[in-house]
Amino acid sequence: MTTDIDALRDELLAEVAGAADIAGLEAIRIATLGKKGRITAQMKGLGQRPPEERREAGASLNQVKDLLAEAIEARRLSLHEAELAARLASEGIDVTLPIRQQPQGRIHPVSQVLDEIAAIFADMGFTIAEGPDIEDDFHNFTALNIPPEHPARQMQDTFYLPPRDDGMPMVLRTHTSPVQIRTMRNSPPPHRIVIPGRTYRSDSDQTHTPMFHQVEGLVIGRDIHMGHLKGTLEAFCQAFFEVDNVRMRFRPSYFPFTEPSAEVDIGCSYQDGALRIGEGDGWLEILGCGMVNPRVLEACGVDPGEWQGFAWGMGIDRIAMLKYGIPDLRAFFDCDLRWLHHYGFVPLDVPTLSGGLSR
Amino acid sequence: MKFTLSWLKDHLATDAALTEITDKLTAIGLELEAVADRAADLAPFTVAHVIEARQHPNADRLRVCLVDTGTAQVQVVCGAPNARTGMKGVFAPSGTTIPGTGLLLKPSNIRGEASNGMLCSEREMGLSDEHDGIIELAEDAPLGAPFARVAGLDDPVIDINVTPNRQDCLGVRGIARDLAAAGLGALKPLDATVVEGSYDSPLAVELDFEADFAAACSCFLGRHFRGLTNGPSPEWLRRRLLAIGLRPISALVDITNYVTYDLGRPLHVFDAAKVNGPVQARMARTGETLLALDGKEYPLDGEITVIADRNGPESIGGVMGGAASGCTEATTEMFLEAALFDPHRTAATGRRLGIESDARYRFERGVDPAMVRPGLEIATRLVLRMCGGETSHTVLAGTPDGPAKVVDFRPARVTELIGIDVAAAEQRTILSDLGFGVAESGGAGHWRVTAPTWRSDIDGEADIVEEVARIAGFDRIQSTPLPRLSVTAKPALATAQRRPAQAKRALAVRGMMECVTWSFMPRRFAALFGGGRDDLQLANPISSELDAMRPSLLGNLILAAGRNVDRGHDDVALFEVGPQYSDPTPKGQALAATGLRRGRNGRRHWAESPRMVDAYDAKADVLAVLDAIGAPTASLQIASEAPAWYHPGRSGVLRLGPKNILAVFGELHPRVLDRLDVTGPMVGFEVLIENAPLPKARASRNRAELLVSDLPSVQRDFAFVVDQATTADAILRAARGADKAFITEVNVFDVYTGQGIGDGKKSVAITARLEPKDSTLTDREIDAIAAKIVAAVGKATGAVLRG
Repeated sequence: MTTDIDALRDELLAEVAGAADIAGLEAIRIATLGKKGRITAQMKGLGQRPPEERREAGASLNQVKDLLAEAIEARRLSLHEAELAARLASEGIDVTLPIRQQPQGRIHPVSQVLDEIAAIFADMGFTIAEGPDIEDDFHNFTALNIPPEHPARQMQDTFYLPPRDDGMPMVLRTHTSPVQIRTMRNSPPPHRIVIPGRTYRSDSDQTHTPMFHQVEGLVIGRDIHMGHLKGTLEAFCQAFFEVDNVRMRFRPSYFPFTEPSAEVDIGCSYQDGALRIGEGDGWLEILGCGMVNPRVLEACGVDPGEWQGFAWGMGIDRIAMLKYGIPDLRAFFDCDLRWLHHYGFVPLDVPTLSGGLSR
Repeated sequence: MKFTLSWLKDHLATDAALTEITDKLTAIGLELEAVADRAADLAPFTVAHVIEARQHPNADRLRVCLVDTGTAQVQVVCGAPNARTGMKGVFAPSGTTIPGTGLLLKPSNIRGEASNGMLCSEREMGLSDEHDGIIELAEDAPLGAPFARVAGLDDPVIDINVTPNRQDCLGVRGIARDLAAAGLGALKPLDATVVEGSYDSPLAVELDFEADFAAACSCFLGRHFRGLTNGPSPEWLRRRLLAIGLRPISALVDITNYVTYDLGRPLHVFDAAKVNGPVQARMARTGETLLALDGKEYPLDGEITVIADRNGPESIGGVMGGAASGCTEATTEMFLEAALFDPHRTAATGRRLGIESDARYRFERGVDPAMVRPGLEIATRLVLRMCGGETSHTVLAGTPDGPAKVVDFRPARVTELIGIDVAAAEQRTILSDLGFGVAESGGAGHWRVTAPTWRSDIDGEADIVEEVARIAGFDRIQSTPLPRLSVTAKPALATAQRRPAQAKRALAVRGMMECVTWSFMPRRFAALFGGGRDDLQLANPISSELDAMRPSLLGNLILAAGRNVDRGHDDVALFEVGPQYSDPTPKGQALAATGLRRGRNGRRHWAESPRMVDAYDAKADVLAVLDAIGAPTASLQIASEAPAWYHPGRSGVLRLGPKNILAVFGELHPRVLDRLDVTGPMVGFEVLIENAPLPKARASRNRAELLVSDLPSVQRDFAFVVDQATTADAILRAARGADKAFITEVNVFDVYTGQGIGDGKKSVAITARLEPKDSTLTDREIDAIAAKIVAAVGKATGAVLRG
């Protein structure tokens, strides 16, 4: 009897092991362990056996039943794995195909550099001041100690608009300096501001555009001297050009709104066709500056006996060109998609002092 | 301002090397522009002797020359007609680069004859355009000597940039004075010995001005000469003028130019035989004209100062002389003028007449009044030396003397303003060397400083500080950090000032390229965008393409898109954040974030097809900007009305209340694109950043508490049939408002017109999310809320549920 059961067990285990797929395995399960299955039938047939055999046969059958159930489950798992593997193998894709598009915009170099400037000067305690592009003659010239006969007021440099009803000549501001005047007339000293913005000169050639961007600084206090001016500009240049040292040279110059006035050169060299700022034997002029002329303070109602300070101005486009190696000023304003993509900045690259101004 | 080293040394006793001098010029504010050392540039060129010049056997026009260079004999094939045996010329050996042509000389063979080197013409030497033959040197020119020295070209030419306040350095003597003060030598005394006249001037001088115009010419000093022989100037003078770029004309004219550059003292010479005296300085009369020395006829009027005689104006005072009384080689009688003309009037006259001259350049910057007489005396001696003859007593009208400028000065201000220590004694020396008078006044530390007559720019104490500082040296200034205002930095930008950057980065993230375009545009285009006002028109544009302030940024962006399309880029997404102008006042300038899109929203792709951009893309851009800058987007009203440059049916405005427009968007009007000659369609938008109200200042940065339930939310869909004209906005608003306690989100997921929906109707399907509060929503509660939605939408729009 036990031999029969052993034979049945071996036969059924062989069937399970030979099942080709999950459906075949299920058919085997039903044919063995199902209601009408062979094991089930054997179990049913136990009653007809003599009582002395019944117990032993029952135990053996139960053993076989468990064994089969286990084997079927194990086989099911392995068949499932094999089927999954086969399916996955058939589902391969070409991972080299290009991704779905996510158009990437760019930030213009002028905007990026503006954000860099703001980050640096914020750290030095400056705030940003702004003013209108269309200025009156008083704010753009007279209050800045630019007398009526000064060459800068002549037609070749300044864009004029029709005069105001009260006869005041109107101009497109030739520098951001009128915002100094507006700031000093609107609030009492001390001041520590930077003024970025659009500026205009009727000039157009290889290196000049009728519109360009300037950033200007103004510091007014009781004991601010030219050493502070040098310290401020040195700190700015080191931070902006992201170098440890910048050689600097102050040359005496002349601007009507500062006295004394200076032009500032920074050290530079050309290596393999690329400009290096800060090092080398060359000099590169980057800005004009000076101590605010007492006449300007007087025009703003600030007592020059009590207050003094410095101002500087430089071209945003120019320092952007120097830092990022952009060759042509005119291209800044041409909106060529290829240029914007190449020289522009990824929008998530927001300049900070903690994370660095640029990659 | 150009001058030569030897010229400088006429006034400055110095042993300093050229580079020392040029470095110092820059250091004291006389910035070096260029230095041309032709002795170095022309070093390879030497004096050579042509031993023999014979006809080239194989070429009619060529000669074969045997040349003695002083160190060797070489054969040179030469094409110059004047190459001949026995002459002396300028030789360049092989290996030399010829300045006039840029060619490198190599040993060569010309039609069978060896040629090693070259005999040069003036053009080849870069000296002139003369190319009819090779340079012929004097017979006694030393063989093998550098050509530059023999030709007097070995005097380095220095070019500096003189700032507008330093008229005194528009003469070599002023430059020498500055260098001497800066320790580079000693200023030589100026020999202005008076030349006694031997007769009375037959021409009198007069100042004939009404009181208001008296400043036009405050002094006129003159002198008559006779028995002159005018002709070419001596070689030294011709060389100096040529070196600084002036063309020698004749001795009398050259002398005036020389004194102008030597002392910054412009002079004028009249041919006295052509002057019908007396010589008068007066205002011109309307209708008078003058044929000037530049050959042009200028109309004159009562604002222009002239020197006139009985014949009328003979020169424009301080600007340019007249042709009729100009000196020529035939001149034997001459009248020399040294006058003082008003700087402002001279500038205005020169500008109005469009005349640039060395005299104008100096008079408009204010010449030294004390140099009137010395200038005249020095010129007198030069005239007598070069042209012979005799001179009259001088004639004078007016006075060159003006009040001296005295400034109160505290030496301590140098430290206070510049941050450098310059001892009082050093300050005193610097000022004295520059010609300033220094006197103690009222106690220690207070000086009275008298400005020299040639420094009309000196205005106050700060100017004196500058003089001391620039001569002491700006390199003494030590970098000093500004004191920190707070331990950690405060924001530099106010909330409103952060918005432009927020808008830019939001749009760039959406795939748009940031542009910067001109603030101006062609007026004819400005009118298309609501602009073109007269008071926003430039009076002096650089071109008619840039003649009006832009009323909108769109026009320039459309033109920019067009340029990209022309380059083959059909899909364009551009934006700019910048100013636009509705009037010339500060309030008329508004900050706009403006953009446009054209073409498809992406390239052709294997997985998904791009679609054409539409007004909804522009709307999305607008909302992205408004969200980024913190505008209250939930409170905005949206209406289908936009300015005339948009498609009337495919555009909208976003408003806060009835009047405050925050943004407009939509498809651009095809007629506008036509006028700008750019192919569309295009969509665009304009966000007026400053119209978005700023958030109220808050004392705390805490967010409101988040109240959410873990209970499951429910979604219910509704399809409404409404009139075609009913807006989605109206349906959504009504649905949202139906039960604010439970409805958290409503959105449109389908819009359908066509079969099954009546004519003039559309089906709008919305989905609403309901969030329970304290307990799971029962079917009954959900049905009740749904009914409220149907009722509210029906009431607001006449909608019925689609059957």
